[in-house]
Amino acid sequence: MPGTLIYAEVQKGEIKKGSFEVASKAKEFGGEVAACIIGKGVEGLAPQLAKYGVDKVYVVDGPEFENYVPEAFVQAFTQVAKTVNPSVILASATAQGKDFVPAVAARLGVGAISDCVDLQKNGDKITAKRPVFAGKAYAMVEAAADPQVIAVRPNSFAVKEAAGAGAVEKVAGALDASKIKTVVKSVELAQTNEPDQTEAEIIVSGGRGMKGPENFKMLEDLAKLFGPTATTGASRAAVDAGWRDHRYQVGQTGKTVGPNLYVACGISGAIQHLAGMGTSKVIVAINKDPEAPIFQKADYGVVDDLFNVVPALIDEIKKFKG
Amino acid sequence: MNTVVCIKQVPDTETLIKIQGAGIVQDGIKWVMNPYDEFAVEEALRQKEKMAAGAVTVVSLGPDRAIEALRTALAMGADTAVHINDGAYYEKADPAATAAALAAAIKGMQYDAVFVGKQAIDDDSGQVPAMLGELLGIPVVTMVIKLEVAADKSKATVTREVEGGQAVLEVSLPAVFSAQKGLNEPRYASLPGIMKAKKKPVDVKTAAALGVTDAPKTVIKEMSLPPARQAGQKIAGDDAAAKAKELARILHEVVKIV
Repeated sequence: MPGTLIYAEVQKGEIKKGSFEVASKAKEFGGEVAACIIGKGVEGLAPQLAKYGVDKVYVVDGPEFENYVPEAFVQAFTQVAKTVNPSVILASATAQGKDFVPAVAARLGVGAISDCVDLQKNGDKITAKRPVFAGKAYAMVEAAADPQVIAVRPNSFAVKEAAGAGAVEKVAGALDASKIKTVVKSVELAQTNEPDQTEAEIIVSGGRGMKGPENFKMLEDLAKLFGPTATTGASRAAVDAGWRDHRYQVGQTGKTVGPNLYVACGISGAIQHLAGMGTSKVIVAINKDPEAPIFQKADYGVVDDLFNVVPALIDEIKKFKG
Repeated sequence: MNTVVCIKQVPDTETLIKIQGAGIVQDGIKWVMNPYDEFAVEEALRQKEKMAAGAVTVVSLGPDRAIEALRTALAMGADTAVHINDGAYYEKADPAATAAALAAAIKGMQYDAVFVGKQAIDDDSGQVPAMLGELLGIPVVTMVIKLEVAADKSKATVTREVEGGQAVLEVSLPAVFSAQKGLNEPRYASLPGIMKAKKKPVDVKTAAALGVTDAPKTVIKEMSLPPARQAGQKIAGDDAAAKAKELARILHEVVKIV
């Protein structure tokens, strides 16, 4: 009797780290762990899931799944879910997961719990901890019935290797094309490999103190030095000024993030911004105003002109990198 | 083009949250229309203006106070409103129950599109758009940042935000669209708009009158505040270069990130 079905999300030909995170958690819960992977040419990825405790992988593979179309993916996944009949469904709350998970729950006639940061299992019931009001508070939430459909914020759980049987079953005829009313015309991705802010482990963020769009280059340089799990962010002031695209915005009307390191440059720390990044493990603030509220939240504060500090920091870090 | 916009009244983003049982202290909160719903209302108005025909209906589930958010939408230019005024239902409503009530109000209306904000900034669930689509039996496109409706209103070309970029989709109408920041710049209600809004019709209904008795499918057991963060250390140094050097050392030796 399978305990958990996870959604293994594929982006750019690879399974997302967040999917391995939820697989690891599912393994910890005990019971059988099944996964469903959907895409075009994804069958070859299935064995990777066995390394993180997945016992059975349902593969939905076909050209009609080349692009993410919610209706198609939901149809295929719920068909697998009905076969597996799990008590818990877990997915990573990535950009795609946020779109996908509530639709899956609705199709299965159950509720969903979004964007959780911790899960506790008591008997058959999972209590999910999730930030509300962009992190100003936490709610402990439970589903009333099985399957308990839960999306977990990336980086909430460690990826742990554990042997799973990893049996692969190809699912045929998973799509009734007559029910698809959406067609993807084109997908345009920025020419960068930087992670999404909600998934990044390090975020270098800039605010009003950056003075203009051209100065974000040095934040990008700093983020690049931190490695491939780092990206840049921005405060609402910087976004509203038109310096950065909205997808960079961190805060209550942007993204809620919880990286290992958050470097706030020229950000005063409005309540809406502090809510959106308050769960970061380590916060560094660089601001020339010693009274800026951000310093009340920062583990390390540098009171000085960021235009002097950031370039010097870049040089110093380069030294460590050799 | 006939459209329906679902809106929610939420605490202003400046609000300091205080916990009471499995909810929050309501006293002293300034209630506003959910910021993402403003984009939804604006888009409905723009589509109507572009077509120079049709009506915009706003729907909200909430207690008495929710009428203020509906009046704001009417003042912006919406034509009619439905207020599902049911404090008891609203109190317990999870996203599924909210979607059920909204869908019940919308069913039977004539519409080409349903607009919603991509998420409400109180519970941050972001589930209602997808659940509405499922209950209404129509497709859903979330995180919309651009929308062009065909002249015959049979379909729309939509740009949505995806991880690391954007995707362009074609979807048949009617459909549900969830509005992301960037879709438009919401207008302010004008003074004549506010005056006119007072006379616009608001249909008030209970959930029971809509035939909705859905028990919530998820339950909040407890609420808590995040642990208070203490201000940490200020990095000392004679000048910016010295402070940067010390910060780099900390990142390397203490945080171990470099």
